[in-house]
Amino acid sequence: MGLTAASTGGRAADTGLEIRRRWPDDRLIALAGNPNVGKSTVFNALTGLHQHTGNWPGKTVTNAQGGCVHHGQSYLLVDLPGTYSLLSRSEEERTARDFLCFGGVDGAVAVCDATCLERNLNLVLQVLETGVPTVVCVNLLDEAERKGIQVDLPALSRALGVPVVGCSAGRRQGLTELMDAVSELGPALPRQVRYPAPVEYCASRLVHLLEDCGLNPRWAALRLLEGDETLMAEILSAADCPELSEELDRCREELAGVDVTAALAEALVRDGARVAAAVVRQSGDPDRRDRRLDRLLIRGWTGIPAMLFLLMAVFWLTIVGANYPSQWLSELLFGFQDVLTGWCGALGVPDWLHGALVLGVYRVLAWVVSVMLPPMAIFFPLFTLLEDFGYLPRVAFVLDHAFQKAHACGKQALTMCMGFGCNAAGVVGCRIIDSPRERLIAMLTNSFVPCNGRFPTLIAILTMFFVGTSGGPGRTLACTVLLVALVVLGIGMTFLTSRLLSATLLKGEPSSFALELPPYRRPQFGRVLVRSILDRTLFVLGRAAAVAAPAGLLIWVMANVTVDGVSVLSLCAGFLDPFAQLLGLDGVILLAFVLGFPANEIVMPIVIMAYLSTGTLTELNDLSALHTLLVDHGWTWLTAVCTMLFSLFHWPCSTTCLTIRKESGSWKWTAAGLLLPTGAGLLACFLTAALARAFGLA
Amino acid sequence: MKQTYFLGGLREGETARVEQVASGGMGRRLLDLGLTEGTWVTCVQKAPSGDPSAYLIRGAVVALRRTDANQVVTGPARAADRAVPAGSAVWD
Repeated sequence: MGLTAASTGGRAADTGLEIRRRWPDDRLIALAGNPNVGKSTVFNALTGLHQHTGNWPGKTVTNAQGGCVHHGQSYLLVDLPGTYSLLSRSEEERTARDFLCFGGVDGAVAVCDATCLERNLNLVLQVLETGVPTVVCVNLLDEAERKGIQVDLPALSRALGVPVVGCSAGRRQGLTELMDAVSELGPALPRQVRYPAPVEYCASRLVHLLEDCGLNPRWAALRLLEGDETLMAEILSAADCPELSEELDRCREELAGVDVTAALAEALVRDGARVAAAVVRQSGDPDRRDRRLDRLLIRGWTGIPAMLFLLMAVFWLTIVGANYPSQWLSELLFGFQDVLTGWCGALGVPDWLHGALVLGVYRVLAWVVSVMLPPMAIFFPLFTLLEDFGYLPRVAFVLDHAFQKAHACGKQALTMCMGFGCNAAGVVGCRIIDSPRERLIAMLTNSFVPCNGRFPTLIAILTMFFVGTSGGPGRTLACTVLLVALVVLGIGMTFLTSRLLSATLLKGEPSSFALELPPYRRPQFGRVLVRSILDRTLFVLGRAAAVAAPAGLLIWVMANVTVDGVSVLSLCAGFLDPFAQLLGLDGVILLAFVLGFPANEIVMPIVIMAYLSTGTLTELNDLSALHTLLVDHGWTWLTAVCTMLFSLFHWPCSTTCLTIRKESGSWKWTAAGLLLPTGAGLLACFLTAALARAFGLA
Repeated sequence: MKQTYFLGGLREGETARVEQVASGGMGRRLLDLGLTEGTWVTCVQKAPSGDPSAYLIRGAVVALRRTDANQVVTGPARAADRAVPAGSAVWD
C-alpha cells in the first residue's frame, strides 16, 4: 500500500539479516525474484505486515522478516530485495545470494511476474541451481489475463521440475495454495541448465571433489569456475579438499579464452527463453495500451508538462480534500477545549495544571490533528495510487537527463519522489543506487523536497497570506499553483546541489543506469484509499502524541516560567531575534524550527502556541483568526515568504538525520546532510529579505 | 567495409538484432536483462531530451542511457515488424 507507517519514520531502516526465529522449529523461507514482481505484496499478504509496495522496481531495499502459520507449522518469511541475477554484481545481489546459500534457509519461493515470465526465469533457474528447495510462484495472473497472456502452470512445473503455483497476491488469490506447496517442500530434482561443453566438462571434474562441502556441488563448481572471489574462499574452506585448488587451476587454464561469466549468463537467458516459449501463450499485443500511455505521458513535449499536471492534480485534490475535514475537526476539537476548561473549573483544578494540560498539551494536539493531519492523510493515498499505477519510473525516465548533467543517477528521481512522502524513507530508498558516490548525493539532497509534514505548513501560509481564506475554486487553484512552484523550487535546488556536490565533495563521473519501466497496473482504488488514510492517520496521531504533546507542554512551561520577570520563552526568542530578523523571520519562528527538529509538522503549532501565550487572543478556530494572530505579531508578506523558504530548506528532521547516519555510516556525511539544506535556507532567506528591503518592498 | 551499429543509435520504432555485448560490469548487467547475441531489441521510446531511451527486451521495457546502450553492437536497424514479437520467439 505504498509507503506505510511501517516503512516510514523510524521504522524505515533495516531489520538486517539477523534471523530472529520466534519458535525454534520455525521454517525459514526466503522470497526471491526480480524487482517489482510482487514479492512484498506476497510477503504482506502472508505475514500481515505492511512493507512498502508499489509499481516500480526497487522499493524493497531492506530485508524484512515476518511470521506466518500454516496447517500448524510456523514459518519465518524473509522478503529479499529484487535482483535480476545471483551472479553477483551489486551489493543487493550478493546479499540475496549469500542469504539463499549460507543463510540456512529451509526453502525459497521464487516469485515471477506472469506478464514477463521469460525474463524472470533467468533468476528462477539460478535459484533452482543453488539446490535450495523452491516453489515457483507465478504472480500477477490477473494482470496477465487482462493482457491476454496465458501461462500453462502444469507445463511450467514439468519443465522446471519443481512445484509451480499461480496467484494474484494483490487480490489475495492463490496464497493458500502457495503455502500448501511450501509446506510440502522437500528435496527435488529441478531442471539443470546446460552450459557450453568446456564449462560442463570442467564442472563435472570439480563436482565430485565438492560432494561434502555442504553446498550443492554443481552450483559450487560453477561458482568456482566463474572466479567469484567473494565465494571462492568460502567454498574452498568448506570443501576442505587439497586437490580442489589444483584441479581448479587446471580447469582455469583450459577455460582461459572463455568468458565464463558471460557464457553462464547467456546460457541461462537462452534456457529461460526456451521454457517460456513452451508455456506462455499470448493473444494480441499485450503492450499496446502501455505504449500508448507512455507516448502520451513521456514523449518529447508532453513529458514535463504531464509531470507538472499530475503534481498539480495531486496537490489540488489534497488541498480541496483536506478543507472540510480540517474545518470540521477544528470546530470539534477547539469546541471541546472549552468543555475541558469548564470541567477544570468545575473540578477545581489548579490554574497551572489547567494551563499545562489544556492550553499546552491539548491545544497543540488539536492544532496538529485539525490543520496538519488532513492534508497528510489525503496526500499519501494519492501518492500511493500514483505509485501503484507505475508512473514513478517514468518520472525518473524524463528527469534522468537533468540528473546526468548533475553527474548523479537518474534513480535519484525515484528517491526524491519517496522524499515527498517521508524524507527518512527517501534516504533508505537511496540503496537502489549502486554507486556509493551517487548514493551519497541522493541522501544528502533528499531533504530539499518538502516531506509530508511540511506540506500543511506551506499550504496554511499560502492560504493565509497569498490566496485568501474565503475559499472558492479560483483560490484553491492559485494555492495549488503556488505550492507546485515551491516544489519545483525544491527540485531545482536538488539539481543545483547535486551538481555542486559532484563538482566538489563528491567528484566523479556518472555511472551506468538501467531502469525498468514496468507495465502500468490498475491500482485498487478502494483498498488503497481506505488502508492508506487509516494508516497515515494512525501514524500522525501516534507521532502527535509522542512528539507534539511534549512540545506543547514545553512551550507552555517556557511561556509561564519567568526569570527576572521575563518568561523563558521571551528570553529564548529574544536571543534568536536579531539573527532571525536578518533572515526575514523572527525569534519565535526560528525557535519553533529548532524545537521542530523531531517532527516537521509541529513547527506551525509551536509558532501559534508561542504567540498565543504572549498575546491576548485566546480564541483561535480557523485560518482567518490565525492570520490575524500572525499579523498582530508582526508578520508581513516577507515573513510569510521567508518562513516558507526556510520550511523548504532547513535541517532534516531527527529521524532523517539518524537514518543518514545509519545509511552512510559516518558522522561527517550526516553533518553534511544537516548543513547543506540549512545553508541553502539561510542563504535563500537572507537574500530574499535583503533584496526586499533594499527595494523598499518590506 | 562493414559498418558497426550500436544500440544507442536505434531510433524510436526501430528494431535490431544484438550481435555482441561489450564485456565489463555494465555488459554483464545487460546480459542479465536479456541482451544476448541474437536477441531482437526495439527502441520504443526516447525521453524528451533524447537520452535515455526505453528498449523492449524479451518482453520487458528497460530504460538505458546512450553511453550504456552503446556497449551493445547490433546489426542494421529496421522498422519494428509486427510479425516478429520482440524477444521470445526469435532466439537461436
